[in-house]
Amino acid sequence: MVSGNSTTARGYRAGPSVWWTLPALAFFVVFALVPLVGVGVLSLMKWDGLSAPRWTGLRNWTHILSDPVTGKAAVLSVKIIVLSWLVQTPLSLLLGIFTAGRQRYRNVLAVLYFVPLLFSSAAVAIAFKAILDPNFGISRAVGWSFLSRDWLGDPQLVLATVVFVIAWQFVPFHTLLYQAGVRQIPAVLYEAATIDGAGPLQQFRWITLPQLRYTVVTSSTLMVVGSLTYFDVVFVLTGGGPGYSTRLLPLDMYLTGFTANDMGGASVLAAILVVTGLLLALGFTRLSGFNRMQSQQEGI
Amino acid sequence: MQRSLRYWSVLTSIATATALLAACGTSGPGGSKSSGEAATAWILTGPTEATFRASFDTWNKAHPDEQIKVQSFENDAYKQKVRSAVGAGQAPTLIFGWAGGVLKSYVDAGAVDDLTSDIDASTTSHFLPSVTKVGQIQDKLYAVPNNGVKPAVIYYNKDLFQKIGAQPPATWEQLVGLVPRFKAAGIAPITVSGQDKWPLLMWEEYLVDRIGGPDVMKRVLANAPNAWSDPAFIQANTMIQQLVDAGGFVNGFASISTKTGADVALLYTGKAAMNLNLPSAYQTIQTGDPSFLSGGKLGYLPFPAVAGGKGNPKNVVGNPSNYWSVSSKASDQQKKTALDYLRTGLETDDYSEALLKIGLVPPTTGAQAKLASSSNGPYLQTIYDAAQQAPNFQLSWDQALAPAQGDALLTNLQQVFLKQITPAQFSANMNKTLGS
Repeated sequence: MVSGNSTTARGYRAGPSVWWTLPALAFFVVFALVPLVGVGVLSLMKWDGLSAPRWTGLRNWTHILSDPVTGKAAVLSVKIIVLSWLVQTPLSLLLGIFTAGRQRYRNVLAVLYFVPLLFSSAAVAIAFKAILDPNFGISRAVGWSFLSRDWLGDPQLVLATVVFVIAWQFVPFHTLLYQAGVRQIPAVLYEAATIDGAGPLQQFRWITLPQLRYTVVTSSTLMVVGSLTYFDVVFVLTGGGPGYSTRLLPLDMYLTGFTANDMGGASVLAAILVVTGLLLALGFTRLSGFNRMQSQQEGI
Repeated sequence: MQRSLRYWSVLTSIATATALLAACGTSGPGGSKSSGEAATAWILTGPTEATFRASFDTWNKAHPDEQIKVQSFENDAYKQKVRSAVGAGQAPTLIFGWAGGVLKSYVDAGAVDDLTSDIDASTTSHFLPSVTKVGQIQDKLYAVPNNGVKPAVIYYNKDLFQKIGAQPPATWEQLVGLVPRFKAAGIAPITVSGQDKWPLLMWEEYLVDRIGGPDVMKRVLANAPNAWSDPAFIQANTMIQQLVDAGGFVNGFASISTKTGADVALLYTGKAAMNLNLPSAYQTIQTGDPSFLSGGKLGYLPFPAVAGGKGNPKNVVGNPSNYWSVSSKASDQQKKTALDYLRTGLETDDYSEALLKIGLVPPTTGAQAKLASSSNGPYLQTIYDAAQQAPNFQLSWDQALAPAQGDALLTNLQQVFLKQITPAQFSANMNKTLGS
């Protein structure tokens, strides 16, 4: 037992045993690395999903990279990422601060705001499809004709519609992050500021925002990397249409693979997505100092 | 202590890894091949689901040793799921399909059995020859018809035609001429689901056939160089864009989904006058507003002729039927069950009756005698005649073409309807898919 205690103490200093990572590692290898290698190999083959795959070298890569549809899909994905961030961040920040209040009505509202997150994406998309129908949707239910627009069929409008539906679904999640963040800000800071004569706006600017710095980073990373793989909502809502107007990269990958049955081409797109996602996540942690995060409450 | 901890972690990891590997190897339908197991069949949800289920239920009750398990899927989801299943060797015993390019790819991959010797003339002679032919590839039978005959016709609201005092159009000029008159009366001339894309395709298929005849598409299917540059495509797409410009299609048609039945609903709720559609439109009305049918308000007419066109105005496009193929990966017992069902269980009187009841014409030669006595008599007669008298029954292009071409076709056509590309760009884009 004596020697046991000493090894335990040494163990704590060095952190837990490496063996602890094994289950996670096994998962990662089986479900991430192995398929990833498969994708790499498939991207060099011509395969329709039925007959035997054939080697084609870099033909898939040159074909996909020179295809104007790919370029359009990449631009669209960037647009979705930027627009989603611009729409969701201020909304969830404000809602988070609001629901962080301890009043009972705010708790009730917080529960309501949280509800969209519990719905399945497919159900959300189907419901919005029905609501946005120009003839039988919400415009008819409430009788406001300005709501009777070609929301999902007009190439100019459809992107905004998609950004809205995605925001509707994901703002609750980020609200939750901000709510938790705000509740951890020590009340002393506000008390001190009030004594110094700072108004609510000044308190927001000089206390709440700086204290939420890392919450903003976390939420933004999730948002940006998540936007890169938006698939389900868009697939059910528009199927990538009209034309190529909402054919985001992940959707392009799916349609190339499972509708056009070009698994080689789809693998090229998948590889591009993986690399972009990794670079984005890495860039974010580097830029924001996510990996050297420190407490913002020193001296309190 | 640390040592025992290590043992534990190793043990857990091994257990986890084993569980993962085991999970990966779990088999779907047709995975295990023990004898005496049930055959499987996947069908579509929608109006025909009950009819198909009843057919299998009857079969299962009469054949306790030859059970068939049925699962149903939504149309688009099914098309993608079944292909992955076939590719992975996990296909159901009976594969539901549309024949055409997809069936050919199954045959090329050896995924379906040649049924020529198993399903002989004693069975096939019951079917309309034009319908059976679609299930053959190089004179070998790979697919047996299992569903109603589905030519596309124009459905129209008789009340609305009466309201503006118009006759159903017999020529393209007449149809275009009706557009301003309906619009003046505050009625949308034509409803179409532009979101699901394939309903748009029927306009293209008919116009190209009326203008250039069936040979235009035959050249595309043969992968002839620049086959999509045929003047018939340019003219058809120009006419479509003119009709869009004139406001022929209901406002917001690109947002309308046929999955919710909103396109057909505009017709029977008196908001739109015409709808070019497959017989599924009739079933949608049957469930949506049966009084529209019993009140005699639904009219139907063949697609109008185009002046100076080469195609026979009696030609039709659509789906000759749906088909059953037998998976080559099924066990012998499953195959035997499936073949027995196709030989004796499929085309029964009950089944024909059930199809007629939901407004579908069975693909059999014996169906004609039963049409008149059905409650949907006059309609069924029109559909039967359209299919029977057609010199050419063109299978829907998205099904006839190889899948990659079909996908590009639907998206490019939607862009034509939205005026995002010109007819010349459409032809150029589609030419690139030839031979791929």
